[in-house]
Formats: sequence, C-alpha cells, structure tokens
Amino acid sequence: MMSAILDRNMTFGAGRERPAAAETSTAAVARPAAPSARSGAAPPPDPGAWGRRMRNAAAVVLPPVIVTAIFLLLWEMMTSSQGAVLPGPSQVITDTWELIVNPFYDYGGNDVGMAWQLLASLERVAYGYALAVVAGIGLGVLVGQSTWAMRGLDPLFQVLRTVPPLAWLPISLAAFQASNPSAIFVIFITAIWPIIINTSVGIRNISQDYVNVARVLRLNGFEYFTKIMLPAAAPYVFSGLRIGIGLAWLAIVAAEMLIGGVGIGFFIWDAWNASMLSDIVLALVYVGLVGFFLDRLVAIVGKWVTRGTQAG
Amino acid sequence: MTSYLSIEHIHKTFGEGPTASEVLRDVDLHVDRGEFISIIGHSGCGKSTVLNIVAGLLETSTGAVILDGKEVSKPGPDRSVVFQNHSLLPWLTVRDNVALAVDKTFKGTKSAAERREWVLQTLDMVGMSHALDKRPDEISGGMKQRVGIARALAMEPKVLLMDEPFGALDALTRAHLQDEVMRIQSELGNTVLMVTHDVDEAVLLSDRIVMMTNGPAATIGEILEIDLPKPRERLAMADNAQYNHYRAEVLRFLHERHKNPESEAA
Repeated sequence: MMSAILDRNMTFGAGRERPAAAETSTAAVARPAAPSARSGAAPPPDPGAWGRRMRNAAAVVLPPVIVTAIFLLLWEMMTSSQGAVLPGPSQVITDTWELIVNPFYDYGGNDVGMAWQLLASLERVAYGYALAVVAGIGLGVLVGQSTWAMRGLDPLFQVLRTVPPLAWLPISLAAFQASNPSAIFVIFITAIWPIIINTSVGIRNISQDYVNVARVLRLNGFEYFTKIMLPAAAPYVFSGLRIGIGLAWLAIVAAEMLIGGVGIGFFIWDAWNASMLSDIVLALVYVGLVGFFLDRLVAIVGKWVTRGTQAG
Repeated sequence: MTSYLSIEHIHKTFGEGPTASEVLRDVDLHVDRGEFISIIGHSGCGKSTVLNIVAGLLETSTGAVILDGKEVSKPGPDRSVVFQNHSLLPWLTVRDNVALAVDKTFKGTKSAAERREWVLQTLDMVGMSHALDKRPDEISGGMKQRVGIARALAMEPKVLLMDEPFGALDALTRAHLQDEVMRIQSELGNTVLMVTHDVDEAVLLSDRIVMMTNGPAATIGEILEIDLPKPRERLAMADNAQYNHYRAEVLRFLHERHKNPESEAA
C-alpha cells in the first residue's frame, strides 16, 4: 500500500518536474528585470562593472528574444504562401486588433471582451480549485494519518483519478441540472487528486524527529496539526497544489467548450464555428499566459509559505 | 534505596515471535539527584534505547522507570531530551522553537510576559541571544545544538536526557559545547543522563560512567565512578594521572568487548 502511494508520488513527481522546468525558464525571463532595476537604482561608478552587468543581462535576455523571433518568423513564412489555411502572426494581429485593444467591451450576451471571457473562466476555476484545496488537503491528511483510511480509500482514488476530466461532465450535468456548477465540479474533480496524494505523502514523510519532539513537548492533537504536521507537509502540499492548478486550467477550456456561455473555452469554440481562426490563436496565447501566471502564483505563495521548511 | 531516578530491571524486546530481538536484558540503574551519568558502549548496544525508555518514547517490555517516586511510561515535561540531530523545527525561529516548549510547559504557572522573559534567559544561558529571530537553517550546527539544549533546559526538567548530543559536531565545537554543558550543569545542578560513544567526553563530564555490554541482549557491564573534583578543566585533565587512569579503564572495557563480543552473551 505504501509503495502504491509512493509509486503514485513518482507519477506525480514526473508532473512535478514540469513546473520545475518551467521555473528555470521563468527564471531566465524574470532575471533580467532585477539587474536592470539594480543598475537603475544605483549607477555603478565603474564603467567596466556596468559593461559586465549589461553583458550578463544581455546573456539572459537575448536567447528567449532570439528564439521567439525565429519562431514568429518561421510561422510567418509557413503561413504566407498562397494556399495557407492558418493565419500568420501579422494576420492574427490585424484580424484581432479590435479584441486586443478593447479587452473590456460588453455588447451583451456572449459578445464581451477577452478580459471578461478570461475572468469568467478564472471565476469557475477559483470556485472549483478552492473546493479542491479544502477537500483535497482534508482527505490527504486523513489518508496520510490513518492506515485504515488509506487502505479503504486508496483503491477508490486509484481508479477515479484516471478518469479524464471531461468524462465527468455528463454525469455532473445530470446531477446539477445546470452548466455552471457542472463546470466547477469538473475543475474540482480534476484538481483534487494530486492535492490528496501529495498531502498524504507529505504527512507520511514527516520526520520521526519532529514526531519525537512533539511527544516530548506533549503537544495535543490540534497543536500537533498546526505546529508540526502542516508546516512539515507544506512543501509536498504545495507541489500538489501547483499540479492541481495546472490541471484545473487545462480542464476549464475543454469543459467550457461544451457548456457554452461566457468563458475562454466557449470563446474558442464559438470562433471555430464562425471560422475566425485568428481569434482562436489570440485566445490560445491568452490561455497560455494565464496558465503560466497561475502556476507562478501558486509557486510564489508556496515558496513564501514553506520558507525555511526545506532545510534540515 | 530511594534514589531520584531508578531504572528497575528493564528488559526490551522488539518484535514478536521468531523475529523478535532482545535488545536490553535486565538493565538496572539508580541515579541520585544532581548526578551526571554517561552511558557508553559500542554502536547498536541499546544505549539509546535505554534513554528513549526513560524519555517515555519507548515502552519497556518488563521492568519500570521511577522518577522522583512516580513511575513514568510516557513522555513528560519532567524529562526533556536533547536529540543528536538537534531536531529543531525548521519553520520556527530560534526564539519560537524554545517558546514552543516554554509555552507548553508553563502555560498554567507563568504569565505570558514571564514566559517570554524565560525564553530569552535560557537562550542567553547558551549564548544564543544574538540569533533570536534566525531560523535553524541560518545558523551553524553547533548553534543549532545550543538551541536544542536551551529548549530542553527551558522546560526545567527533573532529568535532562542527552542522546549523543555532540556526535554530529566537529571536534572544536564539541569541546566548546561540552564546556558549556559543564558550566550550566554546575550552575543549575541538573540531573543528566547522557548517551555517548566518546570516551573523553564521558570521563570529563560524568560523575559515573555506565558501560554497556554489546547487544543483542545488552546490559550494564560495569559502572565506573569518576572521582575527580569539579569544575574540571579540560587542559588540566590532559596531564592528570587519575583522569588518564579512568580513560584507560573505559577504553579497556570497550576494547575487550570489541575483541570478544560474545563474552557476555554466553
């Protein structure tokens, strides 16, 4: 049983490496801001040092800029031929200029700006994810603490977590009889598994040293929970939360395509039906950026909350 | 007969049936108030098991531990532990690590202000006043163990239990902390039970050295009384014939056991 939990952690560990890889690429993007800010705040007297700093900044900024430029160029070239089906980057910008410069227009119904579409999707994700965090950590603590609960719930979790998010949609539509709660439920059920599993692994991995400290100090159940268990398991919990937010954002687009209404997923579906491919490309860029920022947000919160806990 | 801490004929067996292993056999030890006792022996001889039983972290199979007239079977604030790897909570500052123990122990008896003051006082005693708001990962190994000692002392235990407290430190830091422990123990008069595998440490600090035979089924081989006046000076001891005699005694015991580990089991 224990090995099952650990194996699963490995599975999610593979998922956890993805954010780590994202972290390095973000660092590459985020770092140039810091040196330039520093050199702006206090101009260094030594021109040699300034030159070095500029070179370092260039070494960090240039690779992503160059690669992105090459990517856009290739894209433009491949789509500029006569019979090209997909729009190139310049075409996308021309077609969607109205959408880009007016993110907050509201002509009623589904015809609202991109910002409203994204906010509608984010709202659903916020509800579903918040529920998944509360329930996931709760169940994770239960499964991590009690061998009986783990043996009972583990088979259930193992089977349910492999169900694809959209497979839940029909059953939740039937249960809730409304589209919005169904979408929220899909987010919930998608995001909860990595949270449960990582939390329970975190609880099971609490060092015997800390348990002994708690026993010598005679901490009661509540004190143990708040002073030892939560902080000790926090790094694991946050890696679960981070995988969870990624999955939630992946699921929302697909779910919204089916339920309709305002939301970035249905915007994409609507644009497809109207053959507005440039709108779809713009939406994909926005989805990617929002997903990226959600991941960073959870990572930053996690880093702040778990500061110090990694060290022995 | 009525000693302060009595370890009464304890046996400890881990596991059951054919896989059971007898770790301790008939360990019997009586400690007076204010005594400093070291338990020394080869790795795996069960000396830490004795300490954990006194701490209440392990239960005896048979036998009992009696402290100040009361039997102890689970952990309590009257027996605080200094762990080998310091075991500070990494998410709390130095101050909060000690405060957790102080608040828990003196909730009903000291006011919040008194408890705060007591935390500062104990950290001052181990020379850690300069790092109150640092987290464990920001201070050195020796400093962590100072905080670990402060946390244990802050509970004002009847017995201070130390499980190879300096084992993970470099030689210089270790010597320094040993001196500190000697000073604090002479000031406060604590009763101390320390597990160690360092012969010099045992002879320098102890009133009596309990030498354990090799496991399985380890027991007390000999008890050596260290009749050297306190306070003891590390440098003076190096040339002290009596000190070197005690040192040789302990070494001889450990060496003989090492050569012939079966001698006691037979």
